[in-house]
Amino acid sequence: MSRHFTDRISKYAVTLWAVFSFAVLLAIAVFIFVDGLPAFKEVGFFKFLFGTQWSPEHGQYGILPMVVGSVTVTIGSMILAVPLGIGCAILLAEVASPRVRQIIRPAVELLVGIPSVIYGFVGMLVVVPFVRQIGGTGFSVLAASIVLAAMVLPTIISISEDSIRAVPRRYKEGALAIGATQWQTIWNVLIPAARSGIVAGVILGMGRAIGETMAMIMVIGNSPIIPHSPLDPARTLTGNIVAGANYATGTHQSALFATGVVLLFLIIVLNSIAIYVFRKASRISNVE
Amino acid sequence: MRNWMKKRKGITRWAASLIMLTLIAVSITITGCGGGTTTTIKEAGSTTVQPLAEKLAAAFEVSNPDITVDIQGGGTAVGITSCNDGTVDIGAASRELKSTDPQLVTHLIARDGIAIVTQPSNTVTGLTKQQIRDIFSGNITNWKDVGGANANIVVVAREEGSGTRTAFQDLVMGANVSITTRAILQLSTGAVKTTVSSTPNSVGFISLGFVDSSVKALAVDGVTATEANAKSGTYPIIRPLYFLTKTQPTGDIKKFLDFCTSDEGQSIVTEEGYISIN
Repeated sequence: MSRHFTDRISKYAVTLWAVFSFAVLLAIAVFIFVDGLPAFKEVGFFKFLFGTQWSPEHGQYGILPMVVGSVTVTIGSMILAVPLGIGCAILLAEVASPRVRQIIRPAVELLVGIPSVIYGFVGMLVVVPFVRQIGGTGFSVLAASIVLAAMVLPTIISISEDSIRAVPRRYKEGALAIGATQWQTIWNVLIPAARSGIVAGVILGMGRAIGETMAMIMVIGNSPIIPHSPLDPARTLTGNIVAGANYATGTHQSALFATGVVLLFLIIVLNSIAIYVFRKASRISNVE
Repeated sequence: MRNWMKKRKGITRWAASLIMLTLIAVSITITGCGGGTTTTIKEAGSTTVQPLAEKLAAAFEVSNPDITVDIQGGGTAVGITSCNDGTVDIGAASRELKSTDPQLVTHLIARDGIAIVTQPSNTVTGLTKQQIRDIFSGNITNWKDVGGANANIVVVAREEGSGTRTAFQDLVMGANVSITTRAILQLSTGAVKTTVSSTPNSVGFISLGFVDSSVKALAVDGVTATEANAKSGTYPIIRPLYFLTKTQPTGDIKKFLDFCTSDEGQSIVTEEGYISIN
């Protein structure tokens, strides 16, 4: 077996794999669109997107409650996770001693590995009763936001920490040299300089939040209604697909694929923003 | 340079073993498909029937080692569709078939009561069918209106399409009254049970076979929800559990269905907490 032969084979093989994985992605997208199209046609595009009644038994396919559900839960989780995540990132990057960091960083990374059904179960038995103390049934947007916040924290923390560390050393030294305190340096120099990376981390977290399914189903109540308060139950887009997946036929099934289209669209928009912000961030650090 | 050679050799070896593995897997698949002496009966459908079907299949396989019965869930709707299109030999349904469902042959294997459950600490011990209808439709929202404490009722239900929900709708709600959209929906009987047992002032419905000490089954129209009352027909919320076939069964499929309705099969039905058809 000559060297060139092996090289050529490997080249073809990796190309094939790359093409294959792209083809899979394309096939999924095409499949969802083709199967979702009949629902858009039959129900009507605007009636589907802005209808407030979801009741397949009565032929009503309005997806607005689920869009509102997904978006509010995502925003709610961000309100909780972003300050906590950035705070933790600052601690890890600037404040904590290497020893403390050695303990906290792996612990945070371990959070990623916990299956979402475990988050859901803990949410059901701990967070839901806790929210019930405040009001309502406990199965609510608030409970879902709290569970989701815990799930996206690792993403936000590690990307924010990396981007704070990536800020050129002389920025920090310069700030300290002109007499700024450590806190002033962090708040006025490091955070603004790391801003793009932090924003990208937050958006990636949002992407994960909006796609989360299992844990949400267990704590959000799954009622297809528009929530009027954080203590009301709601249903997410992902939950909507799961709730009908076993039973759906005909228009109902197509409506679930159309739900997938809406979800895919939301995620693509979020990821595009993240990639754009990331690029901008790396360009800045390249100039440096 | 030597290191590089070593690495390259390693890679070649890896590739070789990968190819070997693939070949082995392929050959196993081919022989596995060709040379079987056992026949397999495929069953899918209602998740209420599933645990019972698994026990029946296991007992059947003991006396018929040449037949394998493959049990899957999916829900009543899946059971009906996959039986109709021939994906499975036997479908399972936990409700009466409707005129809009495909025409299939039904085989009654058991009956099942649907229990109305609350937390054990709830002071209400029984409801009338009308009260249940009013609670689940959202007309009655406070336990004090049905003789309980002054507390808001938390309605827990299954998602639309579930066999248990459809049966509950048919047997209790009727054609014109819907379950309130404010109900907390859970996607399995087990999740409904967990939710009811952990949520104060909640009420839900689950298969009588699933009731245990974590929840309290309410009396309906004055009849306590026990297996005995369900069997005698005095408990009012009872649904049939069916196996479905596309045509009149023959051969091994008939053998399995006959086993289910035999005395041995029906004793398993009773053991599992369902109601025997005899």
